[in-house]
Formats: sequence, C-alpha cells, structure tokens
Amino acid sequence: MTDLQMTRPLFSVRDLEKRYGARIGCTGVSFDLYPGEVMGIVGESGSGKSTLLGCLAGHMAPDAGTIAYDGRDVLAMSEPERRRMARTDWAFVHQNPRDGLRLSVSAGGNVGERLMAVGGRNYGKIRDTATDWLGRVEIAADRIDDRPSAFSGGMQQRLQIARNLVTGPRLVFMDEPTGGLDVSVQARLLDLIRGLVRRMGLSAIVVTHDLAVVRLLADRLMVMKGGRVIEAGLTDQVLDDPQHAYTQLLVSSVLQV
Amino acid sequence: MTMQMNGMDPVIRLRGVAKTFTLHNQGGAVIEVMAGATLAVAAGECVGLVGASGAGKSTLMRMIYGNYLTAAGTIEVAGTDVSRADPREIVALRRDRLGYVSQFLRVLPRVPALDVVAEPLIALGRPEEEARTRAAALLARLRLPERLWSLSPTTFSGGEQQRVNIARGFAHPFPALLLDEPTASLDALNRETVLTLIEEAKDRGAAIVGIFHDEGARERVCDRLIDVTGFTPGREG
Repeated sequence: MTDLQMTRPLFSVRDLEKRYGARIGCTGVSFDLYPGEVMGIVGESGSGKSTLLGCLAGHMAPDAGTIAYDGRDVLAMSEPERRRMARTDWAFVHQNPRDGLRLSVSAGGNVGERLMAVGGRNYGKIRDTATDWLGRVEIAADRIDDRPSAFSGGMQQRLQIARNLVTGPRLVFMDEPTGGLDVSVQARLLDLIRGLVRRMGLSAIVVTHDLAVVRLLADRLMVMKGGRVIEAGLTDQVLDDPQHAYTQLLVSSVLQV
Repeated sequence: MTMQMNGMDPVIRLRGVAKTFTLHNQGGAVIEVMAGATLAVAAGECVGLVGASGAGKSTLMRMIYGNYLTAAGTIEVAGTDVSRADPREIVALRRDRLGYVSQFLRVLPRVPALDVVAEPLIALGRPEEEARTRAAALLARLRLPERLWSLSPTTFSGGEQQRVNIARGFAHPFPALLLDEPTASLDALNRETVLTLIEEAKDRGAAIVGIFHDEGARERVCDRLIDVTGFTPGREG
C-alpha cells in the first residue's frame, strides 16, 4: 500500500441531483476530494455549477444523492450538527464580499467574530490573531478598526478570505472568488489564495467561469454543461487536451494575450 | 511511495503508445498523430527525440507528463502508469518523481524568481530555508543576477526566464526528467552550465528524455536518439 492508497477522501459526493420542478439544476454528479486537493468547477452561466456548489455547501437541499464529509453522512445530520460542522470545518467565500462580511462591524471584528463563534474568549488573543490574519491577507494593521464599507473591492475580498480561514477550516468552497475585480487585483488575490491554500494544506472547491483562475488554483477540473459533468480530469490535461466538444469550444474561445 | 523497482528496470517505459485528436468543432475530424510508440529509458540514461517539426516529439513528451491523454498503450514512469493514473496520482508523480523543463515558463504574477525555483522543494515538504538556499545556489550557477531573485520573472527576458525554468526543473533530484530544448536561448556559458547539470543528473541516476535542436548538446548528453517519425501511424512495426 502506498501513502496515496491509504489516504481517505475528505469529501465524497455520489449521484447528486437538484431539480427546480421539471428543470434540472444538476444531476448525476459524483466525485471524491482528497485532503489538500483543489478542484475547479467550470461552465457558463446556467450550467449548474452554482446550484451544485449550493448543494455541496449545504445552502440548498439536493433531491437525490449522498454527500460524505470525513466519513460522515452530511445529508443525514441534524441541522444543529450540520451547522456546527460547517462552522468549525468548512468555509465559504462568496463572489460578492458583501455577502460574506458584516459591513457594520470593523475589519478586526469581522475576523474576531469567527473566532468567538468557535469558542475564542480571550479578547487580547482574538485581537492578536485578527491582526495576524489581516497581515496575511495584506491589509495594514492600522486598518483593523475601520469598517469594510470603507475598503476597496479587492480589500473587501481579502478580508472575507481572512474571516473564512481564521478558524482553520479543512474544506473551503469558493464561488467566483475573483469575479467582479480588476484584472490586476485578481492576480494579487489569486496568488494570495494559492499561497494560503498550499501552506494550510486546505481542500477547496472553486467555482468559476474563468479558465485562467482554475489553471492557477486547481489540481483538477470538472466541466459542467446542462447540469451534468461532461468532462473531468487533471487541470492542465483538460485544458490542453480537451475531449468533449463543449470543452474544446470553451478552451478555444479564450482570447489569447 | 514509489513501487519497488529492480535496478535494471527502465525508469520510463512506453509500450504501443498511440495518440489521436478528435476535433469536435471541425466536423468531428479524427487525427491520428501517433501509433506504436515504444521506448525504454534506464536510470542514468538520456534519450534524445529527433524527427522533423510536427513529427510528434512534443506530443510524446506531453503524453509522458500526463498533459495529453493516451489513446492506446501504456506509459510507465517510476512506478506509475501515466496512461491510466487518476489526477491525484499524476500530481504525486509530478511532485516527487517526474520533472519537466518546458520551453516556456508559466509565470505567476508577483511570485519572486527565488520562490519559483524553491517551490518544488517546498511542495515536497522541505524546510523553506533549505529550499531557498538550494534555489539561490542554482540561480547563482546559472548566472542570474542576484538583484533579479526577488522579482517576479514576468518582466524577465526570454533567456532569464529560461534559466529560472531550468533552475526550477533541477531543484529536486527527480528520478525521471523531461527536457524540451533546455539550451535554447542561452549564451555559451549558460549552455555549458545546463549541459553540466544534465550530466550531473545522469550521474546520480536520472532517466532523461529530451528534445535538443542544438546538435552539439545532443551529441554530448544523449546516449541514444529515437526518431519519432517511426511512430507515425501506418509506419509502426
């Protein structure tokens, strides 16, 4: 047995389906995500990638299929049990930082609040950790008492990442984490996410329509169309030798600069 | 991690490898580009791929690296069958056993050259200090001015980027190495350094497959040449 064969998946999904009436949101989705792996999900709007992410992260209930996290059946958990697990082990980075931040609370408060939610009580320690995390996401320590409403979009997104990672989750969901940002800001953010994910050994699922983002961040890739996964594999293999007609179209449609 | 390998077994072994491309958006045209590719590279050996432009040298390298899928046959590299391995196994293979020096560095914005070179060692769990020391030694050997080490290679010249790329490829002593034109765009001194790095890799037992348009380089480091024209569909066997 090699190390690789002995490792258990952190997150296992089988035959997941979500319908909106007669319309398919996503169907027949199965995959295993291992510790430290980053998986990208790409597809155009309406491909079902956001529905899938919503089901995976517990924001909506799938109609069929199973989800196991660390060997536990997520869909069979009681609501308090699931919430506790989501708070301690999972994180969700929204496309719009306003959805993931509390704009009326200071930057330090946004980060510290998460520590308190998982049992942090010592104010000095919480503030120190918050300051440390602001530094890691490249926000100057003297901005700790400012409200995020005074921050630029890129800074807000970095603060959202600090708020999500401060509690040391093992699995992070990201929905278009660089969407809506200027290209130069995107590069900085991607580099930052990449460094944090690698250093913390996080598993992550990143939904995006941007192939450059997955090439930089993801080890492997699932391509979605019409609610189904039409192609999956190693990221550079799927992008450089796409097999499905739709993936070939997607890859060849990217403007080269 | 690596399977038990007999000292005599080749590190890289291709058997009956074929490649086709299906162009769905061009009427579903199926292009057969390779068939019956067979190749064995032992530890300490360097095999040069030759053949006209378009004969499939780069395609074969990309298949060995797992970047292109294999249509038929097997590609065993240091205990992993690349043609059947799942993404996780390929990621592990590339991390600890199979290195690739491509012609072009895929540059990440903002990452300093020194970290680009140290990254493969850090990914293997080496202490960051040790990884950076090794990276600095390689960049110095390749004569990259020290003032550039802390800068992202985004703005470097082609030759400077190539040296960062080579340093990155040689940072970890991979048992299997793929080299795509490693001496292109280098001056005489740096070309000499790269050839010495290749000779050192062979001496420590690396199995190498390379493409060298530079004939002098090819003669000096390659033990054998394989003409990939022989793997053209219809001409195999």
